[in-house]
Amino acid sequence: MEFLVASSIGILCASGVYLMLRGRTFPVVVGLALLTYAVNVFLLAMGRLAIDLPPILSPDATAYTDPLPQALVLTAIVISFGMTALVVVLALRTYLEIGNDHIDGLPDRTPESGDKN
Amino acid sequence: MSLTLIVLLPFIGAVLPAIMIRAGRNACATATGSVTLLALILLAVQAPAVFSGEVISVRYDWLTGLGLNVTFFLDGLGFLFASLILGIGLLIIIYARFYLSKDDPMGRFYVFLLLFQGAMVGIVLSDNILLLLIFWELTSLSSFLLIGYWKHLPEGRQGARMALTVTGAGGLAMIAGMLILGNIVGSYDLSVILQNTDLIQASPLYVPALILILLGCFTKSAQFPFHFWLPHAMAAPTPVSAYLHSATMVKAGIFLMARMWPVLSGTPEWFYIVATAGLITMVMGAWIALFKDDLKGLLAYSTVSHLGLVTMLFGFGTPMAAVAGVFHIINHATFKAALFMTAGIIDHETGTRSIRRLGGLMHLMPVAATIGIVAALSMAGVAPLNGFLSKEMMLQEAWETTWFDLNWLVPLLATIGALFSVAYSFRFVVHVFFGPRRDDYPAHPHDPPFGMWAPPAFLVVLVVLIGLFPAVVAGPLVAVTSAAVIGGALPDYHLALWHGVNPALGMSIAAIIGGLLLLWRHGGLSSAMENMSRPDAKAMFDIVIARIVGLSRLISDNLHDGSLQRYLSVMIVAAVAIGASGFYAQADHLAGTRAILPVTLPALIGWVLLVVSCIAVVFTHHNRLYCLLLSGVVGLIVSLGFVYFSAPDLALTQISVEVVTVILMLLALNILPKESPKESTTSRKFRDGLIASIAGLGMGGAVWAVMTRDYASISDYHLAQSYVGGGGNNVVNVILVDFRGFDTFGEIIVLGIAALAIFALIETVTQGEAAKRLAGWVVQARRSKDRHPLMTVVATRVMLPLALMVGAYIFLRGHGEPGGGFIAGLVVSIALIMQYMASGFGWAQNRLKANYHGMIALGVLAAGITGLAAVVGGFPFLTSDYGYVTWPIVGTFELASAMGFDLGVFLTVVGAVMLALAKLSQVERMAGHVEINVEPMDHDPSAAAPSPSKEA
Repeated sequence: MEFLVASSIGILCASGVYLMLRGRTFPVVVGLALLTYAVNVFLLAMGRLAIDLPPILSPDATAYTDPLPQALVLTAIVISFGMTALVVVLALRTYLEIGNDHIDGLPDRTPESGDKN
Repeated sequence: MSLTLIVLLPFIGAVLPAIMIRAGRNACATATGSVTLLALILLAVQAPAVFSGEVISVRYDWLTGLGLNVTFFLDGLGFLFASLILGIGLLIIIYARFYLSKDDPMGRFYVFLLLFQGAMVGIVLSDNILLLLIFWELTSLSSFLLIGYWKHLPEGRQGARMALTVTGAGGLAMIAGMLILGNIVGSYDLSVILQNTDLIQASPLYVPALILILLGCFTKSAQFPFHFWLPHAMAAPTPVSAYLHSATMVKAGIFLMARMWPVLSGTPEWFYIVATAGLITMVMGAWIALFKDDLKGLLAYSTVSHLGLVTMLFGFGTPMAAVAGVFHIINHATFKAALFMTAGIIDHETGTRSIRRLGGLMHLMPVAATIGIVAALSMAGVAPLNGFLSKEMMLQEAWETTWFDLNWLVPLLATIGALFSVAYSFRFVVHVFFGPRRDDYPAHPHDPPFGMWAPPAFLVVLVVLIGLFPAVVAGPLVAVTSAAVIGGALPDYHLALWHGVNPALGMSIAAIIGGLLLLWRHGGLSSAMENMSRPDAKAMFDIVIARIVGLSRLISDNLHDGSLQRYLSVMIVAAVAIGASGFYAQADHLAGTRAILPVTLPALIGWVLLVVSCIAVVFTHHNRLYCLLLSGVVGLIVSLGFVYFSAPDLALTQISVEVVTVILMLLALNILPKESPKESTTSRKFRDGLIASIAGLGMGGAVWAVMTRDYASISDYHLAQSYVGGGGNNVVNVILVDFRGFDTFGEIIVLGIAALAIFALIETVTQGEAAKRLAGWVVQARRSKDRHPLMTVVATRVMLPLALMVGAYIFLRGHGEPGGGFIAGLVVSIALIMQYMASGFGWAQNRLKANYHGMIALGVLAAGITGLAAVVGGFPFLTSDYGYVTWPIVGTFELASAMGFDLGVFLTVVGAVMLALAKLSQVERMAGHVEINVEPMDHDPSAAAPSPSKEA
């Protein structure tokens, strides 16, 4: 099971990084979102994997999972939503401002040139 | 306490002139003067204690871990400087009232002046060297503002910049030196450092520390080879020059040398660096001053020379020389401030400062001329004025000094310096005030108003009194200051006019005769000097600065070329490299010995889906809609993963965030291009793929290595204390709102800021290029005829109360069961967004009437106030409390203070999410050219039967 999680994190991270290195804003935002998933699962995994051991105190429970990484990840999810929203709006505004969605933010140039990609 | 007040008063009072200027210039000057006067009175109250040898100190702990505390102490040295700063400051304030013209913004002038004054007082009273450094930098900054006060003059701006560059660079060096010093001693408290002379001088780091600290002192006090900034700072208004260059800014370096004298002096390094620099500065400054035609230029170089004199005296390292240095500080401050003010009067009255155009002013302005002549004679060192006394002491000390086995060198050069000093002082007297009466001045000179000549006159009275009765007038001050400088027993000395026939008297007479002879031949020498090519310090400075700027531009232009792809590649590669180096530094990597969980079928299915989606995203990312949908699939699987791995709160959060994010991205995608052009070259793709694969491999490997090892967690504490201390069974929620509440508090603030930034980005979209593009927007996508379908409208309306109730339920149970403010906020947001989507923005907005800005603010406030309530109760910020309440019908339930905090979280989340989406939909409406709808449905069945023509 650990291998499945580790490889998922690896693949999420790799595809996120690849998309972040693209030349247009939208793939970069999606790439960032994928990398966020990878990081969040990574943080959760720092508390080791636990099945059926929720961090809710109850008299019947004999063991619990580590609640601390979960608390960290919970705030991370909400913060990354705020950041994603900001980046999306930034991309939108740049697009409206300069007429293209190239991440270098240079005003109109021919998309065919592709020198920087 | 009153010590702290002396330092703080100028800073606090600095707001007064800015306000009082509205009540007129007199009110403004009076307010400023009162601030300084009050500080001066507070200082004077301490005088009896200081003169009885007491050291008054006050201490507030600030950052004890860094050794940075607010500690002030007042001994003789601090007292002397503080009284010079405040006393001459008061005179300058009066003088400036009459000096500044109606066009000069006087309020600003006094604000800068008081800031500078506060910083200077801070330097001389600080007992902590880190605190001293802060004030030191503040003087550099505030003097920059003062020197560049006439910002319309290029000379003023350039002079201010040069002063800031040189003194700022020196200040940076001094920070390093002070830190070394503090490390040697193990304390940053001056009073401790001053007790550890042997420890410091035995340390191998003594010489580096000494050089670095001296760099700070020499740049500030304009010692060779850093003297060049001071004359350029003369572009400032004369009150500034009089203040900065007689008593304060340039004396800061001198002050620090005096302050550090007990621990740094007495070594050969100190002697050869400090005494030599002082000697060169003294002679060279005096020589240049002799050929300056600008009155203020002459005084500037004379200041350089006199500072050199004091530096040299401290450099000698003998107690007797230190006494002479202290005495000369007092004397120089009195006559030089008076001279600067006289120069300002002359400039003000005649309209020129060029000595060649001046002359015969004795006839035109007798009062100002008398003041100027007495002060200049003191500068020349003529008996019976105070300048004579300290010059005699200096010459006597020079006579007894041997430099590299040459016992004639220092006495000879000191005499030559004194000779030049006589020559330029007499030039000031003779060429300006005497000679025939001239009538070719740009203005009509006459004596200035009382307020303008009274301050220098007061100083000149001091000059004469100290000269005649030194032991009575200045004796106690010199004694108590010298004792503070030397830090031990005072040498046997007498402040008196007549010391009998001694070498100093001979040197003094030689200097006066030689100086007069030199002045007699001045005309010829002056033209010879003009024909000689001299190095121009400003040109050299400009070249050096231009080189440095060029170099930094070269570096930053090449590093910072605006390509995000490049930055990201560098960052990712760097992160991978750092990770790899750590990975290989360890002997055993990869799998540990912890037991592995067995693979189950659901997990395997989820894994396959995730892997396929990820790969598909990479290969189909040019079609952005697919790309978004696939990333939604990934988010869903991650949420399921959270459920599977015992994290119900995370799953709830992730799934609701997922919904909001997808809506947000869809809205953006409506405007953004729907496809990414295929423009990457194959090699580029390969390179990025390689970087991405290595990063993924590294991260997966790291997490694999961690998960296969056992660990000790601090969470046992959280689990044990969650109910006992926080009153909740849901440990994750208790951590969020209680254990790590401060963290969460910061986080909701960030969320609020992000939402406000989004608001700002979109609010301004109605201007400029963006507005033009939106106005000319052509809608390409095929649109549904029915914008707000009946079925959705009805369905969402039915769902709204249910959804809100679910939100409330999730919020309330959060402390004990999965849920809480974050999740409830997201759920409620989604319920509201559904209304906007179904019934249209205008309709929903009209009914909701919610102020999302206010909601964010209210949320942050609610969380903050909950935290502060604990402080009021005497507990640390955000300490929580809980209890049980019994209501009829409802029964007994728990009420925790953390709930108030969670309510703040809830409000902020709702406000931020709704603000972001509402603003984004505003862009959509502009681009889609649609009117704001007031009807919920395009076809309202309750209205009259639709006319067929509308459908057509």
